[in-house]
Amino acid sequence: MSEFLPLLFTLTLAVFLGFEVISKVPTTLHTPLMSGANAISGITVVGAILCAGQMDNNLAKWLGMFAVAFATVNVVGGFLVTDRMLKMFKRR
Amino acid sequence: MSNSLIQIAYLVSVCCFIIGLKKLSGPKTARTGNMLASLAMLIAIVAALLDQQVVSFPMIIAGFILGGAVGAVFAIKVEMTSMPQMVALFNGFGGVASSFVALSDYWTPRVDGTDPIVFATALAIGISVLIGAVTLTGSLVAFGKLQGLVSSAPITYPFQKIGNALLFLVIIALFIPFCGDPFPAWPLILLLIASLGLGVLLVVPIGGADMPVVISLLNSYSGLAACATGFVLNNQLLIIAGSLVGAAGIILTVMMCDAMNRSLVNVIFGAFGAADSTGTTSGEQRSVMKYGVDDAVMALENATQVVIIPGYGLAVARAQHITHELDQMLQKRGITVKYAIHPVAGRMPGHMNVLLAEANVPYDQLVEMDSINSEFEYTDVALVLGANDVINPAAREPGSPISGMPILDVDRARTVMICKRSLSPGFAGIDNELFYQDKTMMLFGDAKKIVTELVEALRNGS
Repeated sequence: MSEFLPLLFTLTLAVFLGFEVISKVPTTLHTPLMSGANAISGITVVGAILCAGQMDNNLAKWLGMFAVAFATVNVVGGFLVTDRMLKMFKRR
Repeated sequence: MSNSLIQIAYLVSVCCFIIGLKKLSGPKTARTGNMLASLAMLIAIVAALLDQQVVSFPMIIAGFILGGAVGAVFAIKVEMTSMPQMVALFNGFGGVASSFVALSDYWTPRVDGTDPIVFATALAIGISVLIGAVTLTGSLVAFGKLQGLVSSAPITYPFQKIGNALLFLVIIALFIPFCGDPFPAWPLILLLIASLGLGVLLVVPIGGADMPVVISLLNSYSGLAACATGFVLNNQLLIIAGSLVGAAGIILTVMMCDAMNRSLVNVIFGAFGAADSTGTTSGEQRSVMKYGVDDAVMALENATQVVIIPGYGLAVARAQHITHELDQMLQKRGITVKYAIHPVAGRMPGHMNVLLAEANVPYDQLVEMDSINSEFEYTDVALVLGANDVINPAAREPGSPISGMPILDVDRARTVMICKRSLSPGFAGIDNELFYQDKTMMLFGDAKKIVTELVEALRNGS
């Protein structure tokens, strides 16, 4: 378990940081925030690339391919739709 | 590229994510923020592609093309009224991607005994599969309810809570055989199946009105799934980005619960609407004053401040554009027009703001509940379009199912104008005292039709 300790430090600090940054987002932007969060949760694509890019053709590689596909839907769809929404917000 | 260079690229990516989210704190900088976050993602993807572990590209490219095409079509085609469904579906995709990565890592052949599975890895794989699978099926049920594919009514049956609790215990128990050497596959497969089932069972009893809470919570889970996968792969970037999403989801979940004056436990376990609706004043015959468009126009023309209270019904009827036209005509006559936005006015956090932005209503004309409530005293006309429970004064009294729910104090305005199809109660099934008050003008009919008539009458009058 000791190898997890540095990661737990990272996790804890990141959660505090997340609360700090995101509580400043005004309610007006909460829907774009959620679709943007969808896109960011696609970060798992990084892990998926490592899985899909291995040498042997096996179950692990196929799982990796589908993981890349699902995560890419989130990344591409999430960022594009967020931009589409944010474009609509105008001042008087 | 060397490993430390890749780590540095990940660090740059983390910084871009955080600055991007910081810029979401205002509508002016938000677009830049979103672009910065997508740049962060691009840096991370390029760095991952350059990792020495990656030796074959066809599968990756296939995944990119497939996912990119589907994602782009969704993003371009989706209607703003359907945003909750899309977010629900994407939560599910994030969850399934994370558990697939964890499963893939489990089945990756360990050559030369490098990076073998140990207790901690197995634990992380199990947690990642659990959260990811619950997020997937839970989100699919939420999607089905929001899209109307399945009934949005809460589905309850005997021993539901006990059954769910038992299933959860089974899942926890499966960790014991899985986390011991030689880390067999069968408990992992059972864990996956049981978690997929749990996701369905957890969301099935939750009613349509509570979906904003559910999709916020599942949003958080999709981040936590990415986080758990970060532990599997020993990857700090996944952990940080995942926790940012997790935090965002939790904050929104708490805000939605507060806006309905309900605890999270109550939303998840207490099927709303199925609760016994203690017979309020229904059955009692009371008269309402019916008014016509002419009366409404007169009241509007003589006003100095008009506050519009839009409800979800307005958006469904696609009446937000004509409402904006009405608002501009009133402003031309020197009347101040504001929109009062209740936190649960749409089907997800901030939904109504997006729907009005789509109709070109400037965002500084939209006022949050806490700020607008002190203004109703100086408001001549409160125009209610398709909202009901969020303006019901019964929330201030004890003994009603919505007691304690924060409401918009429209009854403090000089005149309350309510567009409604009939006297039927809203989601919560409670009669509204406001309909029968002397200051209230009831305009019966479809909101879009009434607003269109108001616009025409104002146009002809000027």
